[in-house]
Amino acid sequence: MVPLSYYVALSAILFALGALGVLTRRNTIIIFMSIELMLNSANLLFVAFARSFGDVSGQIFVFFVMAVAAAEVAVGLALIVAVFRNKHTINIDEVSGLKG
Amino acid sequence: METEVIVFLILAFVAIGSAIGMIINKNAVYSALFLILNFATVAIFYLMLGAPFIAMAQVTVYAGAIMVLFLFVIMLLGAEQLKKADKGEWQKPVAILFVVVLIVEAVYLIFGGGGDLLPMINEVSEVGDPISLATKLFKEYFLPFQVTAVLLLAAMVGAIVITKQDKKS
Repeated sequence: MVPLSYYVALSAILFALGALGVLTRRNTIIIFMSIELMLNSANLLFVAFARSFGDVSGQIFVFFVMAVAAAEVAVGLALIVAVFRNKHTINIDEVSGLKG
Repeated sequence: METEVIVFLILAFVAIGSAIGMIINKNAVYSALFLILNFATVAIFYLMLGAPFIAMAQVTVYAGAIMVLFLFVIMLLGAEQLKKADKGEWQKPVAILFVVVLIVEAVYLIFGGGGDLLPMINEVSEVGDPISLATKLFKEYFLPFQVTAVLLLAAMVGAIVITKQDKKS
């Protein structure tokens, strides 16, 4: 049996790597993919604790997180396409129109 | 060492490696493919944790639908690679430092710091089979389920409205 702490550690590492991707990359699409990675590590934690407690509720929350992630990706990619149409770039540093 | 622990360690290696590959790859298409590999390994973790339904949903929804959408947008924009930007280079070492500190802290707290976490329940119960999942979902969580449906509809309408071309221009 794999101890629960292994799963928690793996989830923490994957989350940290996702945060690293958000902080270091300038490509908007890769930033989005890093956010997906972080959501996914949270899902892994949900399922691991659901197994640990023997309760199915954690898996249902994973289900909801997946639905929210799908909605987020649809709207986010639509925003990226709209920005690209106006600015012809997906570099996040060049999309600073609201900066004073 | 038990077989399951060895399988876990190999899969964890693949998951972390593909995550790093996703971050450092210059080409966005390769990053997306690495992320699909990562999602597939996480699906196998779900199978190991007795959640077959979630594992299949992971493969179809994440590795299937969402990543196809990502690849589609990358190809559509033709934005696989960014031109080299001078700005923001100082952020990289700072971000790497902070993330390493975060990982070390988390691993220390999980393994060394405060006692044991809850033990795993040993016998494989019927925790994750589709019947018990659906019973719980449609009895206890029926309202959130319907709210999710409304959310998905709103996201779909929003995505269409945002990307709609103006006829005048």
